[in-house]
Amino acid sequence: MMPALGALPIVLALLGAWLALGAAGLLALERQVFVARVLFPLGAALGAALAVCAAAALAEPPQSLVLPLGPPGLPLSVRLDGLAALFLLLLGGVSAGVSCFAAGYFARREGAPPGLICLAYHLFLAAMGLVLLADDAYSFMLAWETMALASFFLVITNDRDAETRGAAFLYLLVAHVGAVALLACFAVVANAGGGLGFAAMRAQPPAGDAATLAFTLALVGFGAKAGLLPLHGWLPEAHPAAPSPVSALMSAVMLKTALYGMLRVGLDLLGAPAAGWGVALLALGLGSALYGVIYAAVQVDMKRLLAYSSIENLGLMFAGVGLAMVFEAHGKPTFAALALCAVLFQALAHALFKSLLFSATGAVLHATGERNLGRLGGLMRYMPQVAWLSLVGALTSAGLPPLAGFVAEWLLLQGFLFTPELPDSFLNMLIPVAAALVALIAALASYTMVKFFGVVFLGRPREPALTAAHDASLPERLGLAWLAAGCIALGLQPLPLLRALDDSTRMLGAEALSATLGQHTWLVAPVAVERASYAPLLVLLGVGAVFALTFLGVRQLFHGRARRAAPWDCGFPLQTARMQDTAEGFGMPIRQIFEPFFHLRRELPSAFDRAPRYRVTLEDRAWRALSLPVARGVEACTRLVAHLQQGRIALYLLYSFATLIALLLVTMP
Amino acid sequence: MSAFATQLVNLCAAVLLMVTFVMIAQRRIVTLIHLYTLQGLTLVVAACVVAWVSGQPHLYGSAALTLALKVILIPLLLHRAVNRLNVRWDVETLINIPTMMIIGIVLVVFAFNLTLPIARLSVAIAPGTLGIALACVLLSFMMMITRAKAVPQVIGFLSMENGLFFAATAATYGMPMVVELGIALDVLVGLLILGVFVFQIRAQFDSLDIRQLEKLKGD
Repeated sequence: MMPALGALPIVLALLGAWLALGAAGLLALERQVFVARVLFPLGAALGAALAVCAAAALAEPPQSLVLPLGPPGLPLSVRLDGLAALFLLLLGGVSAGVSCFAAGYFARREGAPPGLICLAYHLFLAAMGLVLLADDAYSFMLAWETMALASFFLVITNDRDAETRGAAFLYLLVAHVGAVALLACFAVVANAGGGLGFAAMRAQPPAGDAATLAFTLALVGFGAKAGLLPLHGWLPEAHPAAPSPVSALMSAVMLKTALYGMLRVGLDLLGAPAAGWGVALLALGLGSALYGVIYAAVQVDMKRLLAYSSIENLGLMFAGVGLAMVFEAHGKPTFAALALCAVLFQALAHALFKSLLFSATGAVLHATGERNLGRLGGLMRYMPQVAWLSLVGALTSAGLPPLAGFVAEWLLLQGFLFTPELPDSFLNMLIPVAAALVALIAALASYTMVKFFGVVFLGRPREPALTAAHDASLPERLGLAWLAAGCIALGLQPLPLLRALDDSTRMLGAEALSATLGQHTWLVAPVAVERASYAPLLVLLGVGAVFALTFLGVRQLFHGRARRAAPWDCGFPLQTARMQDTAEGFGMPIRQIFEPFFHLRRELPSAFDRAPRYRVTLEDRAWRALSLPVARGVEACTRLVAHLQQGRIALYLLYSFATLIALLLVTMP
Repeated sequence: MSAFATQLVNLCAAVLLMVTFVMIAQRRIVTLIHLYTLQGLTLVVAACVVAWVSGQPHLYGSAALTLALKVILIPLLLHRAVNRLNVRWDVETLINIPTMMIIGIVLVVFAFNLTLPIARLSVAIAPGTLGIALACVLLSFMMMITRAKAVPQVIGFLSMENGLFFAATAATYGMPMVVELGIALDVLVGLLILGVFVFQIRAQFDSLDIRQLEKLKGD
């Protein structure tokens, strides 16, 4: 099917075509209709083609190329292997849906000219593709920074808004802190003797302390991008500030490039991982996941809620990578493969459902102009298609069978629960605790999704203006449907993908999973059938059967004499839509249980208030604890520097004089 | 012949250094301008001697340029400015003059120490003059720092350029003509800007004391 050249040139051509679309956007700077109706759908088609190519490349052997671009002596080298192909599949699949959605979304003017949005958007996509393909540190950092800058310009689309500018600046700041760490990491690895090429790094990985240093730097760099705990603060700010398709792409794909980078550096370039790295990742990942999900449960802003939920999901994935490293270090490659498969599967599932949910919030935002959960509600009646499609996303996110989220969480839990006897007794105690944490996180994630879907779409509209809401436009619904179909397909037929994942994890040093994975067409049994197996189609059949039986049973038993009457109002005649359970109310138990986690400020009305007000503001405690001292330190330093400025010319001249003398002294032989 | 020329250049260097020291000690502005003219004349002589000995005709050009600019035009402009500003007399210094002389001696020793190894490598006629040139630059810089009024600062700046010019002619047979022309233009433009600056200060604060500028600083 594929030509003899292999998939790599085609993938590169597709990325180039994205760039060309961006350039076309620049030419049609103000032509809203052209950009939205022609360029974005073309971008979606390219995404779908990329997904097909990447899927075909999953099973192919690695191919590399050297592109003679850029300054002389510094060509870009690219390589397409199983891992890169998998993430390209993710990029292509998600961007197809999101670009399609964006074709509808950007039909309305956002802050910046549509052509500029188109340019930054497609540059962002192409840069993410190049990050995945890069085969030397130079190309990687080039693509990485292009990706960060392009997404910065997308976040700041509505630059008239001071909050947006603040969020975008914070994002840029954290992105650069991370990039500096990555640069240092590559310097350490290259210093081990191999040079800048990834192949050379693989051949001569650093050893001992240098390896641990490189791993720590990579963890800081990729952790900052993925929103792991101490550096997560930009995520809940930047996602609500960006237009919805952009938040969808950032959350679904860009955060995954951080995961890709961690896998690439931690498992591929640095050679055999140490068990300590795995434990560090496990602790950090689970901490971030718990922190993220607790904050997600108490948010009252749709997009902020989803952003915290992304922190949770990325935390789980990094924890899975940590588990794989622990297994790898203790010589259990089969279990490492199981954990890695779970991580990769979850990466795909999360990309699909999170982009679906972010896009759905975009549709709601456009229909109602409202992001605050407290002013939404009852939208199922006014935008039924968006509601049903987001239901698919919410169920996937909550990890319910037979959808993709369940398979991912099930595999990850299997990884934790099947932990064989490790030689380290501390780890043997730790991993069951970690498994319990994963279960807690999964349960809280479902809670969050119930809140999200219930408050936005169910109940009655909390504001009269909501009744004017309308369903999304056709391209928007098509995009949402594409993503929802992905969630369902992955959930019902996980096996082909799992087999492909098995191929790419073997490249990272793991072993193949059990033979049963290859034999059955409907039964997922990653280790052995007698230990655990899952058949999504059977679950679907079961659910369907119970549903049908209940339906028939009710039809049979129901006597057919219905009496219509007003429901009992508990003796309380005045009832308004605002009396429904609110997002704050629904999240209250979590707020109570996990109170030490939050920085809470509450404004309670007294019984005698004429205009009673109730308000709770939550602040991110960990982010405050990190950012406030840094901000104070910077301020103190600037004050010190300000002492230099005395306004006296003699003093300024003295500075240059002293500098001159000092320089002369230094150069004095 | 060459030994005589070396002695001549060395004499010029000594005169230059002496004049610079006198400038540091001088309180009267009119005398400062006379000293500056004297510096310019020394430079012209030095450039002519070097041009004659080394047989590089373009050095005559730079000598002529120096004569026109530093001996005639700039002193004239300075005199006019001083007359218009009516500040012919007093100059205050931020540090008292004996202390400045001692610091100046330290600077001269430092400059000689610094240039000693370079002078050994040099093949120019009077290699020892590089130290003097650097000393002139540093002394003029110090003069700029320690003068509280604007006009002496301008003269300090110009005298610093003289030191650089002397280093270029005596130690390396001059710079290419293009560079020299550029520097001459620079000095003129610098003088113009400083002139505007001086008149602005006076218009603003009714004084030429640059300490008034501290008021411009915000919190």
